[in-house]
Amino acid sequence: MDRRTFQLGSIFGLWALMGAAMTTPALIYLLFPPKARKKTDFVEATDLKELTVNAPEEVVFRRNRADGWKVTSEKTSAWVVKTAANQAIAFAPSCTHLGCAFHWDERKKEFICPCHASGFSADGKVLSGPAPRALDRYQIKVEGTKLLIGEVVKG
Amino acid sequence: MIRNIVDWLEERTGIETAIRSFLYEEIPGSSGWHQVFGSIATFLFMLQAFTGIMLAFNYAPTPGEAYNSLKYIMMELTGGSLMRGLHHWGSSMMIVVVVLHMCQVFLWGAYKKPREATWILGVVLLLLTLAFGLTGYLLPWDNRAYWGTVVTTKIAASAPLMGPYIEHLMGSDGSIGVVTFTRFYAAHVLLLPPLTMILIALHIFLVRKHGVAPAAIETLPPKKFYPGQVYIDTVGIFASFVLLFVLAVAAKVPLERLADPTDTSYIPKPDWYFLFLYELLKVFPGSLEILGSFILPGLAVLGLFLVPFLDRQKLARLRQRTVAFGVLILAAMLWTGLTVKAVVDSPKPLELNTELLDAPQLPWQEMTPEEVAGIGYYRKENCAGCHSPGKIGPDLTRPTARKTAAWMIEHFKHPQDVVPGSAMPPIRLNDSQLNTLAAFLLQLTPQNASVIESTPAFAVDGAILYQKQQCGGCHVVNGSGQKLGPGLNGVALRRSKNWIQENFLNPQKMSPDSPMPPYKFKPKDMEAITSYLLALPKV
Repeated sequence: MDRRTFQLGSIFGLWALMGAAMTTPALIYLLFPPKARKKTDFVEATDLKELTVNAPEEVVFRRNRADGWKVTSEKTSAWVVKTAANQAIAFAPSCTHLGCAFHWDERKKEFICPCHASGFSADGKVLSGPAPRALDRYQIKVEGTKLLIGEVVKG
Repeated sequence: MIRNIVDWLEERTGIETAIRSFLYEEIPGSSGWHQVFGSIATFLFMLQAFTGIMLAFNYAPTPGEAYNSLKYIMMELTGGSLMRGLHHWGSSMMIVVVVLHMCQVFLWGAYKKPREATWILGVVLLLLTLAFGLTGYLLPWDNRAYWGTVVTTKIAASAPLMGPYIEHLMGSDGSIGVVTFTRFYAAHVLLLPPLTMILIALHIFLVRKHGVAPAAIETLPPKKFYPGQVYIDTVGIFASFVLLFVLAVAAKVPLERLADPTDTSYIPKPDWYFLFLYELLKVFPGSLEILGSFILPGLAVLGLFLVPFLDRQKLARLRQRTVAFGVLILAAMLWTGLTVKAVVDSPKPLELNTELLDAPQLPWQEMTPEEVAGIGYYRKENCAGCHSPGKIGPDLTRPTARKTAAWMIEHFKHPQDVVPGSAMPPIRLNDSQLNTLAAFLLQLTPQNASVIESTPAFAVDGAILYQKQQCGGCHVVNGSGQKLGPGLNGVALRRSKNWIQENFLNPQKMSPDSPMPPYKFKPKDMEAITSYLLALPKV
């Protein structure tokens, strides 16, 4: 190997090495989720005694959410459908299409999204419109008649 | 295929010709390893920009959140401490490399005609680099950042004529807060980076315009910049990159407690490269201070700008540039001397200059140990939280508020029994501590009320220990105590710190006939009580 080839090899090799040594940690830094993230706690949202079976109701509750370097206390809502005395489903309040807030249409007996007219049944299945999948649900726990709501699971 | 794309681009932008003419520039045959520093400095600047942008993606630039978001970057984000480490150590390294670059240009005389403008731009770039360091220092918003900037802005505010305007511009009139923080941040990320980029570009343009400076006598024929010198620069850059990476991974990056403006015990210190300026201030006491804060540094910068005009001789060989070597060595010795002195002095900042002991200088130095200890309890119980102007409690400095010690102690224990309807909570201290607090309050007047804020923590801690160990049972301080043992006023003039500490541990070793019992203090307590004793004035 002559001197010139060695120099060219070193120039490109060393710059490639430095490029990799910077971009790899930068990508990890930007893409990896934060460490030490606590799971969202279950919070009491409503009392099932106050709901009627198969009559979806919007429930507003307050919970703490880890948001970067802060924990924010924020208002959140859920569409709760009581299915039996001590059973319920809690839907996350945004359409699976583009995230608009949907509502329950009492006349049609379905959830309607105002943005692009997606329709969902009371158990969350897609009935019409562009929504790609069923409504997302919250993890729930029932303690006595109290409904506790946890994290959102993709529908 | 690639050829076609390159040709297409070349035809429309001329980029290939531009790169070629940049790379195949002729440089003197004498060029080589001594010229790597300019390239390294440019590289480090780009790296600082990169890591800075990375940090900015997760950093909230307000005093309320800066510290927490930085902690989040360092603790919770993978690679976050690496990014901060690179940015932190990169700033120090940048300064080292910029200075090395200047030293090289200076020694080789590369600033001579027609390269004066290149040199002047270089000096401006040095000042910009320091401005980056100064403004970036505040951004972590920890104690180090806060107190360091308090001192910096106060120095700037003492500038002749312009002081008030500078202070106003930095938003630091009165105190450091959101305004100063925001301005430092804006300067650090919005003003300085583009300015520096433009000046670096101009600087490199001038280097290219005049060509790399040749040696006095060129023996070798000129050569091409690429690949020979590019190889040398790349190796230099790589070496500095490896060093920086190792530092970022292995060396701890400071993140102290959240900025606490009420922390009276904090001793502010600037970053290492400003230590010499910090020390220079101590060389010129009193009204001469301006010499150290402005006149000398100002003259030094002016001197740097004037270098090409002061040295107008024909370029000589490196070996014959004895004056340049002499000036540089002198400057390096001055810098090193001041920096070393600052480093050596600062671990024991609690010791006061013995000249101060001739007469009490500070109000707390005139108070008895019991009263000084009382300040500690006053702070600990946060009495000022209610007994300050505009707060709910009465002003304790007013003579009418002064009662007897017995009344006060009763009031401390059962506030509502003594003053019906009082909103004061009972103070949970033992009797001797309450006595101490009362002793202090009895001495409190509007004239000496500043001691509550100004008394250093070591004095308060030392005095509390002094009280607790009942040193006053044998020693006199400021007229209070028994005369069995020697009086302790001005003890710093008679005994060294080491002697006093040895004497605590084993009194009979130091003075064989002494009836004093040994005291095995914890290191922190030992430091506090010795510092307190050493600060006691001569009567």
